[in-house]
Amino acid sequence: MSYLKYERVGILGMAAAVPKNVYHNLTDNEYFNPEDARAIVEKTGIVERRVASTDICASDLCAAAAERLLSNIKADKQEIDVLIFISQTPDYRTPGSGIILQDRLGLPKSCAAYDINLGCSGFIYGLSLSFGLAKQDGVRKVLLLNGETRSKAYSFKDRKTGFLFADAGSACLISKGKDFGESHFLLESFGSMHEYIMIKAGGSRYPSSLETIKEKTYPDGSIRTDEKGVMDGNAVFEFAITEVPRQVRQMLKVTKRDMESIDHVVLHQANAFMNSHLIKKMKVPPEKAPVSLDRFGNTSSVSIPLTMVTELQAELRKPKSLMLTGFGVGLSVATALLDTPGLTISDLEEI
Amino acid sequence: MDKFLELMSEALERDTGTVKGEDLFREYPEWDSLAHLTVISLIDEEYGMVIPRDEFGKMQTLAEVYQYITSNSQQ
Repeated sequence: MSYLKYERVGILGMAAAVPKNVYHNLTDNEYFNPEDARAIVEKTGIVERRVASTDICASDLCAAAAERLLSNIKADKQEIDVLIFISQTPDYRTPGSGIILQDRLGLPKSCAAYDINLGCSGFIYGLSLSFGLAKQDGVRKVLLLNGETRSKAYSFKDRKTGFLFADAGSACLISKGKDFGESHFLLESFGSMHEYIMIKAGGSRYPSSLETIKEKTYPDGSIRTDEKGVMDGNAVFEFAITEVPRQVRQMLKVTKRDMESIDHVVLHQANAFMNSHLIKKMKVPPEKAPVSLDRFGNTSSVSIPLTMVTELQAELRKPKSLMLTGFGVGLSVATALLDTPGLTISDLEEI
Repeated sequence: MDKFLELMSEALERDTGTVKGEDLFREYPEWDSLAHLTVISLIDEEYGMVIPRDEFGKMQTLAEVYQYITSNSQQ
């Protein structure tokens, strides 16, 4: 178990951006008949998703969110000493998108910038790292960007994944400050389960070839190439309902807190079936667990900050205790418990 | 066992009484990946237990599932 604890460092403000284009799961998927679509939507709870056009990348969504945030809180770009871009859909295989974003956002050359490859747990991992860096004397502010165009990573003709994933980017500015309370992070890895959520081809182990771009039909009728994502939904469900409540219990134990002292529990927005089960199992009153997946789908590492922006903008202006939990690809689980003073949350940006 | 079978008939959307302990549940027409998910979910809700997938894969009848739950539950 990796447990990190910080004080006097925290989030100054947050913003998120989504594509303007709305995809309606009940009517827009021509590969499934309306009854099938309705049955899937009933289970997943994802009615609408934001799907980026081919010319919008994760970095574009992050750039929009970052520009909105930095102008909103009138941040001095010269003070941003680190930029972290967390994504599994970068612009290029080389170089990383974080370093390009340093220039694009007008950040100084003195800013360290890099990418991290993580999915649904990525916002918590990113925060824990950003807090640690921002504690350094030589680092004033850290800009944490989470961006995904997950809709492009999965086949819309896949029964298991064709209705879930969507696109979004977020930006979060982190700094030292005496108003910031304690923050705690638990981070865990389950690499033996890496095949449960995977895009096998197109990397170094199984490079792109004529074979990997061929569409194949699977026994359940799903159609996809080897360069699209696959997910064993049942295995991931069993994993999440076992490991997430356990890690959250562990967080309450190490911090000597109880669920009643937490104002909001923000879960990664996987799907309604899984999230409802988790909330019930962890005995979280539903009104404490905001939901954005019905309109924004599963946006991997962006889903937690996106939910904070779309569902908690007003609430987070006041001091709050937050439990944030991300879980998924890796497989990987991460939980944060933060006591936040008032946060500046920008309006949702649409591009 | 009756309560468990009632729970399983709910999960599988079959009439109570048409779900019996000796049934090979994977042969029900209603059995599919979503039914599997619902069964795992309801067992966790009712008994606080997620049956490991390699164990569950070996089980043929609902009686075996029930047997596993009773011999592994913490009460």
